[in-house]
Amino acid sequence: MKSANRFFSFVKKELLHILRDKRTLLILFGIPIAQVVLFGFAITNDLNNAPISILDRAHDQGSREITERLLSSGYFTLLDNLDHPPDIEAAFRKGKAKLIIEYGPDFYQQLMKGRGLNLFLAADASDPNMANLLVNYASAIINKYILEKLPAMANQRRIQPEVKMYFNPSMKSVFMFVPGVMSVILMLVSAMMTSISIAREKEQGTMEVLMVSPVKPVQIILAKVFPYLLLSLVNAASIVALAYFVFGMPVQGSLFLLGLEVMLFILTSLGLGILISTLVSTQQTAMMISLIALMLPTIILSGFIFPIENMPRLLQILTYIIPARWFLVIIKDIMLKGVGIAFFWKETLILAAMCLLLLGISIKKLKVRLE
Amino acid sequence: MIKAENISKSFGLVKALHSVSLTVKENELFGLIGPDGAGKSTLFRILATLLIPDQGKASVIGYDTIKNYRQIRMLLGYMPGRFSLYPDLTVEENLAFYASVFGTSVRQHYQLIEPVYKQLEPFRNRRAAQLSGGMKQKLALSCALIHRPKILLLDEPTTGVDAVSRKEFWELLSGIRQAGITILVSTPYMDEANLCDRIALFQDGQILSIDTPANIVADYELHLCAVKAPDKYLLLKTLRSWPNTYSAYPFGDAVHLSTTYKINNNELKQYLTHHALPGSQIMSINAGIEDRFLELLHQKTLTHA
Repeated sequence: MKSANRFFSFVKKELLHILRDKRTLLILFGIPIAQVVLFGFAITNDLNNAPISILDRAHDQGSREITERLLSSGYFTLLDNLDHPPDIEAAFRKGKAKLIIEYGPDFYQQLMKGRGLNLFLAADASDPNMANLLVNYASAIINKYILEKLPAMANQRRIQPEVKMYFNPSMKSVFMFVPGVMSVILMLVSAMMTSISIAREKEQGTMEVLMVSPVKPVQIILAKVFPYLLLSLVNAASIVALAYFVFGMPVQGSLFLLGLEVMLFILTSLGLGILISTLVSTQQTAMMISLIALMLPTIILSGFIFPIENMPRLLQILTYIIPARWFLVIIKDIMLKGVGIAFFWKETLILAAMCLLLLGISIKKLKVRLE
Repeated sequence: MIKAENISKSFGLVKALHSVSLTVKENELFGLIGPDGAGKSTLFRILATLLIPDQGKASVIGYDTIKNYRQIRMLLGYMPGRFSLYPDLTVEENLAFYASVFGTSVRQHYQLIEPVYKQLEPFRNRRAAQLSGGMKQKLALSCALIHRPKILLLDEPTTGVDAVSRKEFWELLSGIRQAGITILVSTPYMDEANLCDRIALFQDGQILSIDTPANIVADYELHLCAVKAPDKYLLLKTLRSWPNTYSAYPFGDAVHLSTTYKINNNELKQYLTHHALPGSQIMSINAGIEDRFLELLHQKTLTHA
């Protein structure tokens, strides 16, 4: 009874700290929302209303129909119509147009006579990924038009693969970002906030008094991290809800399993946070270590932003020790593929081993004295 | 109740404590008197089971500070040298939190903390960060007392506190002692020494003397007088160069001059007039704790030299 009482008053005290510190509140609730919105809407690889210019030297049925299709696809908007070929470079210099389409004279006639395609696509490749995307989308639309007009050509042309994107059929990048953002935020809340809050007790001198109390260091730490465990769960739940309701991201697999895996990742992060707090004595260093040693690797080396397969071998090996790397695989398996534990038991096992190791080391490193 | 035997402790090359021994009896108000950096806080931390001494051993209420630190922590109230409360919690919240940490409630031992807490009551909804220095210390004292410890360790509780609050604080301490709690307190203020049952004079990690304040003063072997003159700096310089002087220290608005035998006031007056200090006042006085402290320091430097 006594220890339960003690535990709750610890939790209450910690919640008061959080509620009364604007900076903590901002990190806990402002950043997760900002990140999800940022990654969901702003930082996107999807093509949406890209400005294009058109130089139409044919002014015939073909050029009009293709232009119409391009503009009604939703991927492109018309910036302006150009008059002379030299305008093309000038238009890119101005930097507004991302893609320029030039129809040669007698475009439709030549096409129908089977003399080939008198069409020229020019893309602004200062952003190469974007240029690729634009050209691919535009080519697809144009090819489709040609096939409709000249079904006979289909046989003459070499076989084109029919591509279907599984699990993310419309290739929405938000499906990629949600698991990544979730792992970053859970790392932030669990590891950084707990290490800062423990370091704060050391800085304030309150840790000295707590140490001299009958409470064991393990009890102090557990009571201190519990509120952050709760908050992390709340954060994870709201990210999933936001992904589901706002961005239409499916949760194919078991929600319960998802919850358990999230909990496992949170506990691993908490272990990291406690470990950091045993190494530092000020809030400042706790924050710096968390940011540099945890946040950056979680963002860069987890496969969240950069594909692990494309990394140099050395970095690939380094990714093995990043908990988020395994967590991302699990989350995508559950949410997008809807498969069960049989498909990601290996990742779960690795994460669980990391979790036990980190919690074990950090609890062992807790001191009963000042030195 | 507290026993320290030949305790030494170093931090790197800095030797904080040199073979310190002391005993505090049950229900005693024991003062550790010495300037900042004398090693008082280190000794407190060793007794509070927070540090392990390099040499020697200590026991509190019969428990060894290393082996049985757990038992000691149940019975100890400790107030560290720096402010150690949660600045963003209110007075009431701080107290309730510490009560639960020690497995008790504010109500259970309210009688004991009442005299202290009564003064804080009007501010109970104020955050600890917004309290005055004196109030902060009273709150810290309430928190250290909340579980009715057998022993109270107070590390410089009155440092940085105004004179009135200091006086109030010491009155509270004597009340707590009457409730049967042994108190070990440290302070850099010599005038507070007289309020203790026994004191240890502390300097450079060593104990110079342990006794009751009265006995410590009685051990003063020199003759002492207070000399006043408008130019205090010149007076000090002149007195130090007087052949009969044993030592001379500035003391408030006067200079305390000690000599090994009773001096002739007129002779000194003449000497001072001769050295451009006419009309100075000379008064024979009784030594205080600080005079004895300075005498001990003087002896120590002489033996070292």
